Amino acid sequence: MSDAKQSAVAVSGVTKVFNPGKPNEVHALTDIDLSIDEGSFVSLIGPSGCGKSTLLRLIGALTHPTHGSVWVNDKSADEARLDRDYGMAFQTSGLFKWRTITENIELPLQLMGWSKSERKERAAEMLDLVKLSEFGDHYPRELSGGMRQRVAIARALSFRPSLLLMDEPFGALDEMTREHMQTELLDIWEKTGKTVVFVTHSIPEAVFLSQRVIVMSPRPGRIASDISIDLGHRLFETREAPLFFEKVTEVREALRFEEGSA
Amino acid sequence: MTTQDETARAIRRHERVAATRRTIRRSVIFAAFLVILAMTYTGYKAVGQSIDDQQTNWPLVGALLPRTDDLTMPPISDIVAEFGQPPQRNSNKPLVAFIAEASLFTLREAALGFFFGMVFGLSIAVVLLRSVWIEKGVTPYLVASQTIPLVAIAPIIVIWGSTSLGWLPFEWTNWMSVALIAAYLTFFPVAMNGIKGLQSADPASMELMRSYAATRRQTLIKLQLPASVPYLFAAFKIAATAAIVGAIVGEISGGVKGGLGRLILDFASRYTTGPSRLYATVIGAAVLGILAVGLVVAAEYVVLARRREEPISL
Amino acid sequence: MIIKALRGFAPALVFGIGGLLLWELALFIIQPEGFVLPAPSAILIAFFDDFQEILTASKNTGFIVVTGLVGGVALGVAWALLVSRFRIANETLTPLAISLNAIPIIALAPIFNAWYGLLSPVSNQAIVVILVFFPIFINTTKGLTEVDATEIELMRSYAASSWQITKTVRIPNAMPFFFTALKIASSLAVIGAIVAEYFGGRQDALGPLIVQNAGLTRYTEAWAAVLAGSLMGILLYLVSGAFERFSMPWRTAAETAGA
Repeated sequence: MSDAKQSAVAVSGVTKVFNPGKPNEVHALTDIDLSIDEGSFVSLIGPSGCGKSTLLRLIGALTHPTHGSVWVNDKSADEARLDRDYGMAFQTSGLFKWRTITENIELPLQLMGWSKSERKERAAEMLDLVKLSEFGDHYPRELSGGMRQRVAIARALSFRPSLLLMDEPFGALDEMTREHMQTELLDIWEKTGKTVVFVTHSIPEAVFLSQRVIVMSPRPGRIASDISIDLGHRLFETREAPLFFEKVTEVREALRFEEGSA
Repeated sequence: MTTQDETARAIRRHERVAATRRTIRRSVIFAAFLVILAMTYTGYKAVGQSIDDQQTNWPLVGALLPRTDDLTMPPISDIVAEFGQPPQRNSNKPLVAFIAEASLFTLREAALGFFFGMVFGLSIAVVLLRSVWIEKGVTPYLVASQTIPLVAIAPIIVIWGSTSLGWLPFEWTNWMSVALIAAYLTFFPVAMNGIKGLQSADPASMELMRSYAATRRQTLIKLQLPASVPYLFAAFKIAATAAIVGAIVGEISGGVKGGLGRLILDFASRYTTGPSRLYATVIGAAVLGILAVGLVVAAEYVVLARRREEPISL
Repeated sequence: MIIKALRGFAPALVFGIGGLLLWELALFIIQPEGFVLPAPSAILIAFFDDFQEILTASKNTGFIVVTGLVGGVALGVAWALLVSRFRIANETLTPLAISLNAIPIIALAPIFNAWYGLLSPVSNQAIVVILVFFPIFINTTKGLTEVDATEIELMRSYAASSWQITKTVRIPNAMPFFFTALKIASSLAVIGAIVAEYFGGRQDALGPLIVQNAGLTRYTEAWAAVLAGSLMGILLYLVSGAFERFSMPWRTAAETAGA
């Protein structure tokens, strides 16, 4: 984190309370300060209810902080959303089942008013990136879970946003497919140089994918630890390296919140 | 990867075959049902004739059992033969031709009513989607509106149509009033299912649209409306029958000539001179109803098969 | 909790009262020739003026409606239980029922009149029974058969008998489906009874009352009879709703917990 480089994401003093003053009031996040460098891969991990998904959505301007501010690419989060600075991927691929794979990838481009030929070209490019070129005319129903997530990622990147926000995109996949997808994602990240904010439940996944793992405490969520992972270029073997296990242990211990501690 | 492509194509082929098999099976079962029905009818008649209709005097069930003489229950052979007989003295046109023409007349009213009811119902669904408050406020009245036997008001609507609508650029004929009744019966299932369908868009997809800064209109057109299509088709199947019923009853109570309603009324009032004619006409009405729903089912198959989706059963 | 319930009704009340006032006002200003849509006030006056007549007619029509409803529900539920027990029956009979439902049932009215006589209530009751049977049968069967497979597996692991499975898993699962169908069926029953009365039946019932008044151009009185029909339908709907709440207490609990 240097002063010379502007942060891609700057979250300062953010608190988020749902339904303030009502009986179902929820303090999701308290006093979050977070700065993310351009081009880095950061994971958010924490127990259920720690607010990691909420934080992701705050960055994406899908919800707004009760206190504090969120700046993305030197603009307010809302401006960044309107400028389409980021792409999102969720746990359920969220593909429209009535559209072909190609049409699904073209969706954001259509909304932005791209011409038909421009869309076609970009969609083909994206399919190539995620290695699904033969499936352009198929429907989501005909694809496996892993393939659908790849399409979701292709769609998220189709308009070349600078930021990729991902909320447990591999959560519904089996372990083997998951590991495969992680490698694919890193491949894409290295090729495109995006900033990625990745929410996950899985400690090995967070350690394998990111350069930085942000550990969050249970509700009301705070940032408990900020662990940097220096594993270099990740290979399949990296998962079996001693340093990998050390980092996994470090994160696991950071996640051990005692009973009664906030 | 090509094997996966092949697998997908094989799955598609298999689904088409399965769908065809299903249709054949259902038609066979339906045909079997008709045969059993005919056999029961004829069998009951024979039994009743042999015991001199004593069954009508049995305790409890006696009142539910009709008499079996040829006037009350014409033999099936008579009914079938009647289709080919000319009902009018001065022409050679067989009954089946009259029934076909009347069916077309009624179908036209029903189709027109169905179309407008569909448009209106969908519009209401879109409006109700806007605010939970409006939805809560209007839905009870939508439900209540269906308890109003509008068909009862048919004569009023017919007269209103012929007098107060003179300002319209075209001539308002009686059958248009009937179409209005059909529209009324169509809009409710379409509106109710439309809302359900529009709301069925999965929340992740809704969030996705927000992340694209999509306008409300874009979200409606690109996400919610396509998501509602299976639900709408379920409603269309119900509405198709309702529109036909509305048309027939509207014709009867509105005194509209040219459709099945009029035909049924005529043959009912002249029952004693030809009971088979009434039966034949009623069968014609049944066929029309099935045809109407069949058209919707065919359309549904075409639309959903392309999207590779399952239809929603009722 | 009362306030919460009221808040639930509030929008409906607002729309209802607002709508009625608008209607009354519009007619006051425009004043068409009495005619097609009289003012709500006029309809209410006619309703109370003809009250005795309307009450008698309602009772007669109501008799057909209720007996037909009971008969149709009994038949529908019985068949649903039977069909859900045997998978083959479900696969053949249920699609058949859906296909048969496409037939305009009301067209059978003149035939029933021929069978049972023009003045007999049986012909009208038969129409109502058939109208009610279909939605009840189709929906209840759906509820009885579309049960979570894991729940059935659990019961089998307890070596539960077929009837026990039906009682403890299928029937509770089917209840929401049944009540949805009941609400549909009750309004169908009212409309069906009234329309069947056009074809034949007692003359001092709602159907003939509406038609006669319309024929004599006494439209306000016709609407008053229609109002009676609507009230009957709404009453049945509310009664079904009450039965529903009574028989599914776990649902009401979820509602009051603010879920």
